[in-house]
Amino acid sequence: MTDQGTSGAQPKQSKPAAETASDHWLVRPETIRRLWIVFIAILAATVLGDFFVEHHPHFGVDGTFGFGAWYGFASCVVLVLGAKALGLLLKRPDTYYDN
Amino acid sequence: MTTSLIIPPALILICAGLTLPLIALVRLRWLALLASPLAALWIVLTLPDGIHLNGSFLGQTLVFLKIDALSRVFASVFAIMAFAGGLFALNQKSTLELSAAFVYAGSAIGVAMAGDLITMFIYWEVMAIGSTLVILSSGRRGQGAGLRYAAIHMLGGVLLMAGVAGEIAATGSVAFTAMDLSTIPRMLIFAGFLVNVGAPPLSAWLADAYPEASWSGMVFLSAFTTKTAVYVLMRGFPGTEILIPIGLFMVFYGIIFAILENDMRRILAYSIVNQVGFMVTGIGIGTEMALNGAAAHAFTHIIYKALLLMSAGSVLYMTGKRKCTDLGGLFRTMPLTCAFGIVGALAISSFPATSGFISKSMISDAAGAEHLAFVWFALAAASAGVFLHAGIKFPWFVFFQKDSGLRPPEPPWNMLASMALMAFFCIGLGLYPKPLYDMLPYPVDYVPYTGAHVVYQLQLLLFSGLAFFLMLGLLKRTMTITLDVDWLWRRPGHALASFLDRFGVYTWEWLADTVVKGATGVRNALYQHHGPEGLFGRTWPTGTMAFWTTVTLGAVVILSYL
Repeated sequence: MTDQGTSGAQPKQSKPAAETASDHWLVRPETIRRLWIVFIAILAATVLGDFFVEHHPHFGVDGTFGFGAWYGFASCVVLVLGAKALGLLLKRPDTYYDN
Repeated sequence: MTTSLIIPPALILICAGLTLPLIALVRLRWLALLASPLAALWIVLTLPDGIHLNGSFLGQTLVFLKIDALSRVFASVFAIMAFAGGLFALNQKSTLELSAAFVYAGSAIGVAMAGDLITMFIYWEVMAIGSTLVILSSGRRGQGAGLRYAAIHMLGGVLLMAGVAGEIAATGSVAFTAMDLSTIPRMLIFAGFLVNVGAPPLSAWLADAYPEASWSGMVFLSAFTTKTAVYVLMRGFPGTEILIPIGLFMVFYGIIFAILENDMRRILAYSIVNQVGFMVTGIGIGTEMALNGAAAHAFTHIIYKALLLMSAGSVLYMTGKRKCTDLGGLFRTMPLTCAFGIVGALAISSFPATSGFISKSMISDAAGAEHLAFVWFALAAASAGVFLHAGIKFPWFVFFQKDSGLRPPEPPWNMLASMALMAFFCIGLGLYPKPLYDMLPYPVDYVPYTGAHVVYQLQLLLFSGLAFFLMLGLLKRTMTITLDVDWLWRRPGHALASFLDRFGVYTWEWLADTVVKGATGVRNALYQHHGPEGLFGRTWPTGTMAFWTTVTLGAVVILSYL
């Protein structure tokens, strides 16, 4: 949950965040660091949850330890990389159809 | 030929839509917008199963109003949607949009309660007109998109009409029952349905047209066209296997194009195709559990997608901006809109305790129960992808991301109220799915909340979230669009049309010129010979006639002596 700068900030249009220290508590670096800690703790807890439940796999591989975790993560990486590759071919400026 | 005096719920909404422009008093208009969907909902929920209204037309018995469990699921959620949409759109100044939206919603209910192919087709076409007008009423940007939308849906309508006519000619019956793809008319009906469901190759119409509607228009549009198509596919073609690959294609097409998209409502438009893909896959699997899952998912999807679009529509209404690159940081001044958007985002991602969890997992589990390994793994990957492209991407880029400097206040009370209502349904059905399960077409013995299922789903979704934040750099929004199939008719198609236009004009001019020249020539020749100075127009002296008579007589005398 990194903040400013990671995601397409446009200095020309947005009023720059000069007020970082006095900004909303949710976007302060300290809060974001804590949110990451909580998030990682929850991630670990869901994987450890596999010890406490009995899965009924349909196919075998879906019963492996932490299947949801690694399969979900890997799927997203593949989807994002696939989308990026397709984007190289199909992306155009958003004024493309305007004329 | 009326068997009873029940007012069809479809007509209540259509009449409300048509009288709306005549009501001058704003409060009375509000009453019409809010009361008519509730009246329709009440009738849908209280009407017992069976045929309630029929009549004959061209020697066929038409069933105008028929209801069973499947009809009731769709008709009731359409009525709920019309109510919530009406509440959300009370501030909409375009009476045309509201009128069209109510005619559109009413005819969607009409399709869901039509008992024969002809009635279904008529409502189907009224829907096309209503939805086109919703898009066209948004102003200049909607004009081109609206016309492209109308062209695609007319094509779909032509396929459907040809199919319906062929089916009636072949079987002699107008009944709308489960069919297979054994004859050409049935394939045409199937193709007509697929156009509306957003199936390839024409899926691009949806993301092209819907985001050009107004802030309230897209809320209505998201609900009816694709979901009536899901309904007719469930009614007409359950278990048709080709629907499985079609549905899986839609699922991944929606995710990948949404990942690349910058316009917040176009992200949600692609995610409609994605979600409908889950339903289409379920219809293709065709078991009772899969069909129940598809129907339940249509119900919950309409509600959370409307909630997401209400949240996006509120942002558009308050800021006038629609691109992720222009938005961000709105959670500061629009905390409620943000919170409602997050509820919708969690529901679309099938988070435990939301409505998506209790519906979508029925489709995956049906694939598992049938041992369709590829389908099951594809749907699991897609569930992760849904959280990525809609569940996090939408709220993150609109409400968090960076500080755009925008400080819009919350939208008016009615918009917040409609979002609260939809959020209530999202969480309520997630925690207590029984009322929805009881409505489904087949008996449900499905338990969504098992420890294993909840743990698996949380792992799948939260690790997708981890992937999102680790790959934020790759997901950075750019001021771009992604070319889709609509490029074919917006670029080469457009070029061909302008060429044919120029060619036609040229040919016409040449033809007209030739005709004019020819006609002028004839006129001139006539004038030359028959005009005042022409040979045949002159007055001839009597002497000439006497001379020629003498010559003829002489010739006759000479010839008689030869």
